[in-house]
Amino acid sequence: MNTEAQGAAAPMLDQPADRGGRAQPMLIAQGLKRYFPIRGGLLNRRVAEVKAVDDVSFTVLKGETLGVVGESGCGKSTLARLLMHLLVMDAGSLIFDGDPVGTEQGLSLRDLRRNLQMVFQDSYSSLNPRLPIEESIAYSPRVHGMERGQAKRIARELLQRVGLRPEYFGGRYPHELSGGQKQRVNIARALALNPRMLILDEAVSALDKSVEAQVLNLLGELKREFNLTYMFISHDLHVVQYISDRVMVMYLGQVVEFGPVDTIYAQPRHPYTAALLECRLVVDPAGRIDTPPLVGDPPNPINPPSGCRFRTRCPHAETVCERTVPALGAWNGNTAAHLVACHMAHPGSGHSRAAPAPVVH
Amino acid sequence: MGAMAPRPLVEVRDLQVSFVSREATVSAVNGVSFTVMPGEVLCIIGESGSGKTVTMRSLLRLHPPRRTVIRGHMRVGDHDILALSERAMNQVRGAVISMVFQEPMTALDPVYTIGDQIAETVIRHEGGSRRAAMARALELLNLVKVPSPERRLRAYPHELSGGLRQRAMIALALSCRPSLLLADEPTTALDATVQIQVLIMLRRLQEEFGMGVIFVTHDLGVAAQIADKVAVMYAGRIIEYGSVADVLLRPAHPYTLGLLSSTVHGQTRDAEIEAIPGSPPDLRALPPGCSFAPRCRFAVPPCTAAFPPTALAGLDHAASCLQIEAVRGAVPAHADA
Repeated sequence: MNTEAQGAAAPMLDQPADRGGRAQPMLIAQGLKRYFPIRGGLLNRRVAEVKAVDDVSFTVLKGETLGVVGESGCGKSTLARLLMHLLVMDAGSLIFDGDPVGTEQGLSLRDLRRNLQMVFQDSYSSLNPRLPIEESIAYSPRVHGMERGQAKRIARELLQRVGLRPEYFGGRYPHELSGGQKQRVNIARALALNPRMLILDEAVSALDKSVEAQVLNLLGELKREFNLTYMFISHDLHVVQYISDRVMVMYLGQVVEFGPVDTIYAQPRHPYTAALLECRLVVDPAGRIDTPPLVGDPPNPINPPSGCRFRTRCPHAETVCERTVPALGAWNGNTAAHLVACHMAHPGSGHSRAAPAPVVH
Repeated sequence: MGAMAPRPLVEVRDLQVSFVSREATVSAVNGVSFTVMPGEVLCIIGESGSGKTVTMRSLLRLHPPRRTVIRGHMRVGDHDILALSERAMNQVRGAVISMVFQEPMTALDPVYTIGDQIAETVIRHEGGSRRAAMARALELLNLVKVPSPERRLRAYPHELSGGLRQRAMIALALSCRPSLLLADEPTTALDATVQIQVLIMLRRLQEEFGMGVIFVTHDLGVAAQIADKVAVMYAGRIIEYGSVADVLLRPAHPYTLGLLSSTVHGQTRDAEIEAIPGSPPDLRALPPGCSFAPRCRFAVPPCTAAFPPTALAGLDHAASCLQIEAVRGAVPAHADA
């Protein structure tokens, strides 16, 4: 009922069927890893590696918007590319709606991309400069076997849907459009296969504020209309708060906190999340920040600190933080909905601010 | 009172900048006037294409000379910018007025070390030995809080992180103690945690040096953090000017109000953001009258007849709008009580 809500004579591809049912998460990622080698020396040997994504596991529920935040270099874009299989993962597995991805019995890459599409930050470089935009949008339905005329009709309908008049814009080339218009085209292109989930990697970050608001509203409408699930990657904490249901905070290739948006924004449990939230600027000169919540830049991911990676910038760091890597777990025996990787949140971790270990009866 | 008023550091009157090419003439700045007092931070807020960067670059005369037509009057200190010879302008750049750019990687020279670049500027404007200039460079890196400055002096730009590069850029801009610092979105490319550090540092240095600063940004939060005065630009004109609190908390122009309500900060999740409909006008063919009128929900017929005169909306707070009263009625009450 909600798969073909896009109106009159839309000859779109059918949205892939919901196979796992409502309770099955749309996406389960387990132990994703990607290290980029750094080569050097005489024989071009592997001298070091950037641990861009280091053992990241999470789920995306059906119909939700999962916000992913973190500073540049925290691995959030690498993570998106791993999910799309634009980068090969070194380790880890992906389950899309109950089907393992890339295995014999599971979902092929081609099927995955019918289900999962992505919108990139740079709206210009993600469009082919030599194709009129309606051809760009019609391209993927064509690849998936649709007849030319019909693919073009879909493209024009989607252009209309994202707020660009097809008779006026359809034949234009990407360089003839403004940034906001190009990003609308990219969204239309991502929707051309009628996917079930979109990864939005800083999709509104390069836009002016008034245009950003228009595109955010459009994303909200499309989500309801096409029954979509979003993974929304951004460094803008205001926008993430507005759009997300749950939030994942990343630091140097690892997840440090994960939970419902309101809980995380009201009661951050990881000192990094707390500091990030304090860095939000408010539009009121009375709310000026006088002391920076964090000092220094994020450390070099080639040689991350031992133990907890945040400890070099953390005001509460102790020896236990240096020695042991904190696991991502529920804090103080709370529900599993709110996960945090910090010794202070785990009873019996040995940190002076942590609760004592629970007594086992 | 008038006789007591100190002389502004910067006076710009009716600045018009247009870029001429074979195909079209783009009117980027259409009659901009403002002043900056010594030790004051003016933020120019606007979206891409509003003319904020063009206005600022005009103060340094950085536009390609043969393809640009600049009219109006600009004075900085005792220098009449448009009357200076190219040689005299070179003396002004860096010594009286200096600039921090958005992308330090392209603004710094990749083949010289940070120390060399700062020392070169110092020697060029103040003379002295290379050794003294290097000592000054070290002192400047300390001032902008670059950790282990001795090592960073010998570093090339690509060896530094984004935040450190921007700090080095600021050190370079301050090397000859300018009286006016121009900053073009200097923190936009930085992470939020680093951005706030740089903003706090800039504010401190500005007070220490007593510099006037013109700070261009599209981010209202950044303006709230650093500005004394705010000028909002749209389609090459300043459409609202006032103290930072007046403009951001009690906007008088519909465009400022629209910018504020389309900026996401703490809106409820289920409601749509109040976006400004439409898009900015084509600068090759500006409509007569108020350029914002086609997108404005307060517009009345006289708006499209002629550009609205500047009207006072309070003490030292002005907007170019016929509907200030109506806009004022629509400003949401602030929960600052």
